Amino acid sequence: MLQELSILPGTTKDGRRENFSRLDLRVGEIVSIVGPTGSGKTAFITDIELLAQKDTATGRQVLIDGGVPDEDWRQDPARKPVAMITQNTKCFTDLTVKDFLATHARARRLPLDGLIDETIDLANQFTGEKIGPMMRITTLSGGQTRSLMIADALHICAAPVILLDEIENAGIFKQEVVDTVRRANKMIVFVTHDPVIAILTHKRIVFANGGVVKILERDDAERPAAETLISLDRRLIAAREKLRAGLSLCNEVI
Amino acid sequence: MQLLIVAGPPSAGKTALLKQVTARFHKQRRLAFLKIDVVKAFEDEELAAEFGILTSKIYSGDLCPDHAGVMVLGDAIEWAQRNQADLLMVESAGLCLRCTPYLNQGLGIIILSAISGIQSPLKMGSMVSLADIAVVTKIDLVGQAEREVFLQKIREVHPSIRIFETNALQGTSLQKLYDLIAQSPDIDPKGLLLRGVPPLGTCTLCVGKKEIGWQHHFGVVRRLDGAAAEYLFRGE
Repeated sequence: MLQELSILPGTTKDGRRENFSRLDLRVGEIVSIVGPTGSGKTAFITDIELLAQKDTATGRQVLIDGGVPDEDWRQDPARKPVAMITQNTKCFTDLTVKDFLATHARARRLPLDGLIDETIDLANQFTGEKIGPMMRITTLSGGQTRSLMIADALHICAAPVILLDEIENAGIFKQEVVDTVRRANKMIVFVTHDPVIAILTHKRIVFANGGVVKILERDDAERPAAETLISLDRRLIAAREKLRAGLSLCNEVI
Repeated sequence: MQLLIVAGPPSAGKTALLKQVTARFHKQRRLAFLKIDVVKAFEDEELAAEFGILTSKIYSGDLCPDHAGVMVLGDAIEWAQRNQADLLMVESAGLCLRCTPYLNQGLGIIILSAISGIQSPLKMGSMVSLADIAVVTKIDLVGQAEREVFLQKIREVHPSIRIFETNALQGTSLQKLYDLIAQSPDIDPKGLLLRGVPPLGTCTLCVGKKEIGWQHHFGVVRRLDGAAAEYLFRGE
């Protein structure tokens, strides 16, 4: 089982070498990727997902446990150690939820016993409107698709590395997702604009102009700020859910 | 000379992939490119303008483009050899998907877009099952789970096929494919045969009869229910 994933630098948008020599990420570690839009965050996690070998637009190389991954790891979905949830909330696959998950389980060579129901149940903890097994994937909303793909990543991909691209979008229950993936004891990489997610991670990798510019370790001096942000976020989410449920916030002190 | 035959439906990314292959090899090898199409094709002009390689095209017009391809391939190989090409790349028209243009020598590549219908690998049949390599394009447009489901559908048609996933416009993750192309053995023009059995019998539709319904046609025709006559080709 994979324990460590290392990223060797590539080049920024203007062809300069990135500002790090080697980045090691371990299983159990939670990392956030921050930076303005267009700064190369998605390209970075895509490199990890593809297990890039200097053959993507960035020129980065990804090592597994210190070595070049076997070609099979890239070719065979069943051996792929990475699950990625893209920003994409559209799925073109015209299959029912059940058939989609069953086909994916075959690709990952997993037995089906209870797997499909478990996956749908987990997805339904992240989304307001419930997903049913006979619904067609193409008719799901953006948030439902996102929720289903996160549940699929946890149960069917069952990979030691999970990459999540801006899960705060699409109106799903962010906190439930974060709590669930934290408990999974995996290497989790969040691409995020959300300050709460960013401040809670062990490492923050800062991007600009297509490359890594800074790697920050979690600092206990940030703890008071983190606590304030979490409580603000809770209040904001509570207000959001009330408004979504059609309630009024009249005379309420948020 | 090496041979690379690329097939797949329209807009799957055949030309985009061949542009990446051309960009990778045109400085080390003399490349020749043949495009087969029905009424209009621009790929040869684009490749010639961008990389200055040897190109040619054939319009099949009223003839089935896959039949036209089979007919002209002998000439094309002679043309490429006469011009000292090291690698001949042939791009099919990608229209009816009934025939497979791959030969018993050289590499056959099927190009499939990650956003095409989930059952499309099954529908293309021998174009997938007789290929050496499948290249799945436009992977930046779909999520990983969806890509893995699509790959699974390809494997269910052809369990041992080599699959590469790419964003062909950027040419990501193709290093291993380039290695396979570079290592593919030279062809022997005398021993070339089609890999699959194509429906080569020409039917009356192919020669321009416009009536609909089986009673107006003979050749490769079948009724909606029930079998065609014994001596007619039934597909494989």
